[in-house]
Amino acid sequence: MACDANGTGRAIRAAAAVVAEHRAELVELDRAIGDADHGENLNRGFTAVLSALDAGPPETPAAVLKTVATTLISKVGGAAGPLYGTAFLRASGALGSASEVDIDGLVAALRAGLEGVKARGKAEVGDATMIDALAPAVEAAEAAAKQEGADIAAVLTAAADAADRGYESTVDLVPRKGRASYLGERAVGHADPGARSTALLLRAFAEAAR
Amino acid sequence: MKKIINDPADVVVESLRGLAAAHAGVLRVVEDPALVVRADAPVDGKVSVISGGGSGHEPLHGGFVGPGMLDAAVPGAVFTSPTPDAVQAAVEATTSAAGALLIVKNYTGDVLNFETAAELAAAEGADVRSVVIDDDVAVADSTFTAGRRGVGGTVLLEKIAGAAAERRYSLDAVEAVARRVIGQVRSIGVALTPPTVPHAGEPSFTLADDEIEFGIGIHGEPGRERIPAEPADQLVARMLAAITEDLPFERGDRVLLFTNSMGGTPQVELYLAHGIAERLLAEQGITVARRLVGPYITSLEMQGISLTLLKLDDELVELWDAWVNTPALRWGV
Repeated sequence: MACDANGTGRAIRAAAAVVAEHRAELVELDRAIGDADHGENLNRGFTAVLSALDAGPPETPAAVLKTVATTLISKVGGAAGPLYGTAFLRASGALGSASEVDIDGLVAALRAGLEGVKARGKAEVGDATMIDALAPAVEAAEAAAKQEGADIAAVLTAAADAADRGYESTVDLVPRKGRASYLGERAVGHADPGARSTALLLRAFAEAAR
Repeated sequence: MKKIINDPADVVVESLRGLAAAHAGVLRVVEDPALVVRADAPVDGKVSVISGGGSGHEPLHGGFVGPGMLDAAVPGAVFTSPTPDAVQAAVEATTSAAGALLIVKNYTGDVLNFETAAELAAAEGADVRSVVIDDDVAVADSTFTAGRRGVGGTVLLEKIAGAAAERRYSLDAVEAVARRVIGQVRSIGVALTPPTVPHAGEPSFTLADDEIEFGIGIHGEPGRERIPAEPADQLVARMLAAITEDLPFERGDRVLLFTNSMGGTPQVELYLAHGIAERLLAEQGITVARRLVGPYITSLEMQGISLTLLKLDDELVELWDAWVNTPALRWGV
């Protein structure tokens, strides 16, 4: 099973719905350790993404992701805008001009997205950022892709499961990047909102692929 | 939450419309992307000085747009940095052949978005430089954090860089004076109460009646430590010690002392604190040669103050004293 531009668009729409549904939760997570804007900003970005997709459905999966990237960069602001924008932009680049995403393409896109976020945000696993969800998700996706009979849904489900565990791990971490880093030890006990939104997005993609 | 607003999503743009109405001769406002632009920009032969960041810190930055200070301010959503295309639009609206200097506060989002904007603008052929201000001594300057925040020193930097540009300093020279200010300015803030972000609807943190947050930033993000409330004499001494030990400021130094309200602290307490700071600095042999007192870099309605010291030299004094005509800072006009 592969995923064409329509399928990619559906996955993005599912992600936008999940962001809208969890807007208040993400604001609340961010209020505890940051400045209470993560859910609001991401929801503003994905609402604009829906408008952009409605305005002219892109023809390839890469074009869908590029539309997502440019829209998030120009509508979200904060750190989340450039970081998620870069993730989708690099993922788009990894897909090239293919009309469908297959498992190899999916894994390459996830890896490229992760490398983009690392390059822009200069964070590593353990810093209590979205990397703590995204990095294990990419590793899990790569492992799942090697399993016999694997399909896109199985790969994305493995990624979402790993992202959930990664997100939960941020509760015990001392943040080293972003606004939460100013709290130091005082942030321990609070989950990272960026890791939460990454886990939510991956779960939405996995559900959409079923 | 009680606020004089309509829809939380419209707070920034509705406020900008009011700013434009109140100060039409000095600045104009663009709504999409949101920009505050000096009325007569671009000014030929003058370096454009541009700053920006999340809204909710007024009068920073829109209130400092006008002759002698900023050519443009780029307001983001409340407490959220603006996007790169908005910053790029500010560069395009105000930049002559003399180039532009972007003043960026050291927050992850601001740095990422302004860096991206500078790359975009440079690709279009504009001569754009950036400086990052990081004057908050409450944050350990180590690899374990995102680095020191840009706080009260930003106001002084924008005034001095703006004056240098108004005097037709070259881009190299404006950048050099900005970097000198950044090297010589230090700040610390305290909070008595939290701010409430309109779209969050709840206070950003809670403090007991007898507690204060020491080393607060400008977004309601908690500070260095939570301490019992204490008399102003002790509190101001504690704040000054954090600053003067850091640079260090020493006997014989000539400084600008900036006592800032975080938005909710009334003038009576602000001047009370300023008076104590003047006295304590005099006792240490540090000469307060210039001062600024008022709500200039705020965090919505948060009660609290920040103190900023800038080590002065003759050129910085001259640039500080130079005329300025903006909604929030205006003298010599």
